[in-house]
Amino acid sequence: MTATLTPTASTGSPTGSPAGTLAKVTGARLGRRRRRALVIGILSVLVVAVFAASLMVGRTFYGPAEVLGVVFGQDVDGATFTVGTLRLPRAVLAVVAGACFGLGGVTFQTMLRNPLASPDIIGISSGASAAAAFAIIVLGIDGPARSAFAIVAGLGVALLIYLLSSKGGVAGTRLILVGIGIAAILTSLTNYLLSRAGSWDLQEALRWLTGSLNGVGWEQVLPTLVALLVLAPVLLGQSANLESLTLGDDTAAGLGVRVNRTRLVAVIAAVGLVAFATAACGPIAFVAFLSGPIAARLLGPNGSLLVPSALVGTLLVLVADLVGQFAIGTRYPVGVVTGVLGAPFLLYLIVRQHRIGATS
Amino acid sequence: MTLTATSTATRPSRRRPGTDAPRSPALPTRTAWRRRLAWLGAGLVVLVLLCAASVAIGSRTVDMPAIVEALGSLGEPVEGLDQAAVVKRIPRTVLALVVGAALGVAGAVMQGVTRNPLADPGILGINMGASLAVVVGMAWFGMFAAHHMIWMAILGAALTAVLVYAIASAGRSGASPLKLALAGAALTAVATSFITAVAMPRGDISANIRSWQIGGVGGAAWDAIGLVAPFLAVGMLLALASARSLNSLALGDDLAAGLGERVMLARGLAALSSVLLAGAATAVAGPIGFVGLVVPHACRLLAGPDHRWLLSYSAVAGAGLLLASDVLGRIIARPSEIDVGILTALIGAPFFIHIVRQRKVREL
Repeated sequence: MTATLTPTASTGSPTGSPAGTLAKVTGARLGRRRRRALVIGILSVLVVAVFAASLMVGRTFYGPAEVLGVVFGQDVDGATFTVGTLRLPRAVLAVVAGACFGLGGVTFQTMLRNPLASPDIIGISSGASAAAAFAIIVLGIDGPARSAFAIVAGLGVALLIYLLSSKGGVAGTRLILVGIGIAAILTSLTNYLLSRAGSWDLQEALRWLTGSLNGVGWEQVLPTLVALLVLAPVLLGQSANLESLTLGDDTAAGLGVRVNRTRLVAVIAAVGLVAFATAACGPIAFVAFLSGPIAARLLGPNGSLLVPSALVGTLLVLVADLVGQFAIGTRYPVGVVTGVLGAPFLLYLIVRQHRIGATS
Repeated sequence: MTLTATSTATRPSRRRPGTDAPRSPALPTRTAWRRRLAWLGAGLVVLVLLCAASVAIGSRTVDMPAIVEALGSLGEPVEGLDQAAVVKRIPRTVLALVVGAALGVAGAVMQGVTRNPLADPGILGINMGASLAVVVGMAWFGMFAAHHMIWMAILGAALTAVLVYAIASAGRSGASPLKLALAGAALTAVATSFITAVAMPRGDISANIRSWQIGGVGGAAWDAIGLVAPFLAVGMLLALASARSLNSLALGDDLAAGLGERVMLARGLAALSSVLLAGAATAVAGPIGFVGLVVPHACRLLAGPDHRWLLSYSAVAGAGLLLASDVLGRIIARPSEIDVGILTALIGAPFFIHIVRQRKVREL
């Protein structure tokens, strides 16, 4: 993260004449802007392509014409149910949840100045999923009530972590470690609940703990979509301030950023995104964690990572869901696929990041 | 770190700078020694009481005469439910003792080797790595025999330990507590994903795996204890043997080398002992977290920073903590019971947070 911010990266060696320097700086700035546009453009195209593919591919293949017909409300024999009721909400939720995880994850990583400090590692997601397991196994509620419960619990856990780590100002380091401790408590509570669950509840609960898009309907998609539409603009509005925070709290304050206020707004928005997405489809492993660093690798030191991360998250969930459904013999839920595919990248990332010498 | 401090470092009585608990100044050596021995004795007495409680208390209420009778007729064929219940509690108690002692010592050694107050086989992901290896062994290679599981668990623990340490110590600032804890949490997440992926398509073993994944001593059996005992014994001896080197290592690598310590060798042996202990404990009882974190911290208050005392204290206190948690789990959830791995996390994680809150940010 820190490395992406060095402004000197591409300006090249100093030259004699001021005019030459100016030309170089302008050129580099233009190049950066072009690369950013290029990366965002390619990612968007990929997202649209995979989204379309996930509507067409399945046990029965439907051509683009049929899919488009269904999307625009025509009645196509067979396809209306398969595409309209089964595949479309699933694909839309993949897009929305991926964006939520991507945004939430990169916000935490940027704010805490550590790529390992994503919500799924520091206990934010586990609050929502432990609550969901509790709602299924103990309370026996489902539908919107369960989602609401998971969202409230996710926010509550985040608040608890925030309060516990604030002691003369919230320090990022302490917040990460407190989060790891809280995550351990929640995991053990969840394990206890699972060991008490009946086999039907168990299947249902495991879905929430691994992250799955199976059997998704519009009633899960809508709240998440609303959350994304409300909270994403809030985060994007803070993106400049978040960037400044990566320079360190003192420097950011010197640049005129109201540090605590920015941090609070960003935490609330990011936690909200993650909690809503988790309530809809469970904590899809490593998406929040990987999106930001992947986006940073693609983009280079070229501005805010928020939008590219959202796109990367979306792409990850869409592709992993396709892989989980069709590529392997067994049908795996999407969370297992992202977890297994994400692991090697995670290790690579940790090693690489430390080699750069980030001060975490 | 003054020169006088280094010269007295390995003597148990003197205060050493740079360690947590500042001890009362300059107690005469003999008194301090006696006091430590007295605490150790007290710990052992408590441990015996806990053992008695563990045999007497369970989900089935057995009255005192029946317990005595059952204990008197050990070795004879079991008659009646009361006697069966009591007889089943004995291996369970023994297992809790050895696993608790192993985890306590493993934690103390890890905290010494990494010079990290937050080190614990659970936090560093070593228990989960051992679990993953066992699950892979079960699912792919049909390794259900207990001795296979032990080897797989130790292999997994060793690989994870190396990986966590390598990941955390890459880079300029070395293995800080934060980096170690994060690397451990990340590897735990990876291992959990893999366990789910391996177990999910195998409905036949997934229940088996899930119950094992929590960590408990309820399924104790003599043959499993017998198989794991040699590993624990070797690990324990190795740990106690490296106590003196750990004292030198606590001063920093350069000073330790100056004291004539072969730093890499000492560190490797100590790490090996903790991997053996944690791996074997996980193989027989599943991943039990936080015992290795809480116990050495509590013991350091009484034993001081000398590892020779600290390790003995940690063994006793670890056994006591696990046994007490197990008994507690049987009492509060009657007539069912709560697995000990869950209780230790509920006790230990708040303690972890407490330590984190106490420290200054720079130390993390």
